[in-house]
Amino acid sequence: MTYIRRPNVVHPDMPSNELGLTARDYEGGISSLCAGCGHDSVTSAFVQALFELSIPPHRVAKLSGIGCSSKTPAYFASASHGFNSVHGRMPSVATGANSVNRDLHYIGVSGDGDSLSIGFGQLCHAIRRNVNMLYVIDNNGVYGLTKGQFSASADVGTTAKKGEVNIQPPIDACMTALTMGCTFVARSFSGDKEQLVPLLKAGLVHKGFALIDVVSPCVTFNDHLGSTKSYDFTRQHYHPAIHADFIAPAGEITASYRDGDTISVVLHDGSRVVLRKVDEQYDPTDRIASYAFLQKHAAAQEIVTGLLFIDDAKPDMHETHKVVEQPLNSIDFDTLCPGQSALAELQNRFR
Amino acid sequence: MTKKTVFQPTDTSNPDYYHRVVDCQWACPAHTDVPGYIRLIAQGRYADAYRLNRKSNIFPGILGRVCDRPCEPACRRGRIEETPVAICRLKRVASDLTDKNDIQLPEIAPANGKRIACVGAGCASLAVANDLLPLGYELVIYEALGTSGGLMRTNIPSFRLPADVLDQEIGMIIGMGADIRFNHPVESMKALLEEGFDAVFVGSGAPKGKNLEIPGRYDSDRIHIGIDWLESVAFEHVDSIGERVLIIGVGNTAMDCCRTSLRLGATDVKVMARKPRAFFKASDWELEDAEEENVEIVVNHSPKAFVIEDGRLVGMQFELMEYELDSDGRIESSRVTGETIIPCDDVVLAIGQENAFPWIERDLGIEFDRWDVPVVDTVTFESTKTGVFFGGDAAFGPKNIIWAVEHGHQAAISIHKYCQGGDIADRMPDGMNLVSAKMGIHEWSFSNSYDASARHQVPSVHLGGRFKQLDIEVELGFTSDLAAEEVERCLNCDLQTVFTEKLCIECDACIDVCPVKCLTITAAGTEEDLRTRLTAPAKNLDQGLLVSGALPQTGRVMVKDEDLCVHCSLCAERCPTAAWDMQKFTLERPYAGDQHIPEPLRKSGT
Repeated sequence: MTYIRRPNVVHPDMPSNELGLTARDYEGGISSLCAGCGHDSVTSAFVQALFELSIPPHRVAKLSGIGCSSKTPAYFASASHGFNSVHGRMPSVATGANSVNRDLHYIGVSGDGDSLSIGFGQLCHAIRRNVNMLYVIDNNGVYGLTKGQFSASADVGTTAKKGEVNIQPPIDACMTALTMGCTFVARSFSGDKEQLVPLLKAGLVHKGFALIDVVSPCVTFNDHLGSTKSYDFTRQHYHPAIHADFIAPAGEITASYRDGDTISVVLHDGSRVVLRKVDEQYDPTDRIASYAFLQKHAAAQEIVTGLLFIDDAKPDMHETHKVVEQPLNSIDFDTLCPGQSALAELQNRFR
Repeated sequence: MTKKTVFQPTDTSNPDYYHRVVDCQWACPAHTDVPGYIRLIAQGRYADAYRLNRKSNIFPGILGRVCDRPCEPACRRGRIEETPVAICRLKRVASDLTDKNDIQLPEIAPANGKRIACVGAGCASLAVANDLLPLGYELVIYEALGTSGGLMRTNIPSFRLPADVLDQEIGMIIGMGADIRFNHPVESMKALLEEGFDAVFVGSGAPKGKNLEIPGRYDSDRIHIGIDWLESVAFEHVDSIGERVLIIGVGNTAMDCCRTSLRLGATDVKVMARKPRAFFKASDWELEDAEEENVEIVVNHSPKAFVIEDGRLVGMQFELMEYELDSDGRIESSRVTGETIIPCDDVVLAIGQENAFPWIERDLGIEFDRWDVPVVDTVTFESTKTGVFFGGDAAFGPKNIIWAVEHGHQAAISIHKYCQGGDIADRMPDGMNLVSAKMGIHEWSFSNSYDASARHQVPSVHLGGRFKQLDIEVELGFTSDLAAEEVERCLNCDLQTVFTEKLCIECDACIDVCPVKCLTITAAGTEEDLRTRLTAPAKNLDQGLLVSGALPQTGRVMVKDEDLCVHCSLCAERCPTAAWDMQKFTLERPYAGDQHIPEPLRKSGT
């Protein structure tokens, strides 16, 4: 917990985006998480991604449940909308908010406890519905807010701070998402912003449910020898399979790529994701192959990272349900609420 | 993740590295611990602030009023927002609110039998006396005038520097036992050397005002040389001047001349400058003070002749100048576009001064260069004749008081070593002390929260009340409350961000929280290369990069650009392993009394 405010001093050479805002304009309150928490780095990556995409802060809705991770929406984009919901119920709130206003960018921030234990069903159904949102899991393998018990993502054999060994098999968020039909599945590491920031940007622009599972070490309860979610272990077992560069609609591809090594995916708004294969065997457009690859490497204790799977063609919740295109708050009252007779007519259809 | 490359981590064991981060202290010729003493002022510990100040800068009260303040343009605050901390005027607070009786001076060692002669009782000689008297030396100071202080008394008007402030601070030094001989000009160096002193220090200043040899110069007695005229005013030989006065030149002396004229009866004072404003030598604040008193500053007028009618000065003829500047703002060419005559009753020439040594015989082994100034070593301040030292304006031409004080400190080291048989070139290097400022999990022994206030104005006497008497001090000085608020603007540059790479787990917490984005973890490289790939551009090459050794997990390095760090301590607060710490840097600067004299060489006193 830090007491002083972050000084309101801006580096004179700090760049500004298309809106004339600097990255500092996307900051929020000072973090009350433990010093060194990976979640703070994810927060910082959000600041950078929103800044780089020039998203007006008031066009963003941040949603979260309960947990250390779920506190973090307070620490970025303080000019955005926010809702801190019941434990594990954020996907429902996000689905509801998205149903009535599809024009906002929805960011859900959750943790391994909030998403893989109490809210596991909620997560699965949001994926299944393909709600258009970015869903980030700050995954540290423990319940940090209740002093470090193993969470559902803890690997077998990993030890707690005081030495107990975990015997329960883990739930892998990415493999779950792949089997649920998720249209954007990625894994990253809080300590690798070069990878994480483009993933967040692509996830924000992707039309459909974008899940990013971020290994985000708990510096207080799970950063010791014997942990498989520590800074050191993650770095030792890091396996970037595919690197994603996000390119805005009018942007030029400035990085140079070798022929045949890259796949360019055009997103619905005209922006592109250029995927560079770090591991030649990897194909991020083949759901089955991706799943197999993840299984194989998980068995070898390797943490496969990057944009693991993408499918920008699948219809999202609004398309599937043929929902009206405007946000409900922009529709006049008479259209929105056509009166008693219209209700009676509707009810008659079910008699 | 990144392969290791050969590179050089920053050597922070050299005191210069952290010293440079403390911009004010680094810029000060005497390297005064500015953040240290202004922090004491904020705490109301005025006498402690005075003592700390006096270690390096022996005249806090005097320099708190008239210092050329190289510290302020260097102040980091000036790079963060517009104006630096009002360091100089805070120094004055330490002096104003201290009872000088509380300032214990060092104990005087028993006489060591060595006699030193100082020529001139100005700031350089007084600094030598301050350092050598406590060591048991006998100091004989020869002064041509009947008062001490040199130009501090004769050239700086009393409305800026009251006589009692001078008397008090000079008195502290003389009171340690100097034998000061007033009205005793040294007329022959040869004769002085024959008196058998163990060493001689020349601190006679730059007493000769430059003349302007143009037609009419000697046809009137209303044309004055600035520093001589100020001296006459100081000694009350002159107490009036005509209504219309022209000051030629725009240095700080010119500013003193124009403001003095206003107090002696002038109502229309113009400062005549040959060049545009960007080329003025006067400090910005001295120009501001003069302009506030309605002095007109006229640019691009080059003096051509004095206009004399019936033996009386009636005006001055000027050529109107035009200048072509190049892209760097330097003058490429100039041309005359016309002429004008400006009527006046008096003219004061303030176009510079030089040192003059008619009293040093040229066959004594003291070499003079082609500009007829003595050849003096820039480190030891020794002339080409052993045992004869120079300092202050006498050494390298006109500078300012704080430089003269530093010359005096360095010359005192040389004189001490010379008299005790040591090698004067073998001097103790600077040392440093670093002490953690951590008091608790998130508590520091300094005020780390950034204060966004603008610089506070020093209260001064209103314009109408200033001119009745010459010695009404214009500035009233900060009150203790205002001073405490102004100190909060200090960015605590002496609280160094010290990094211990072996503790770092590369969690990025410090990088994420830094408000000015001065931190980066990246692959190692040369400084030139690193500067191109930092979180925020590092364009200020005058400010160092702190580059760590290889970090344990990835072999990358931590890089900190010192340029805009506001020393808020958030990096250290957010560091889970205390790899970053805030540590109070104290420069340990050796003076004469600290010098080690090897035992076999030490000569016993007589």
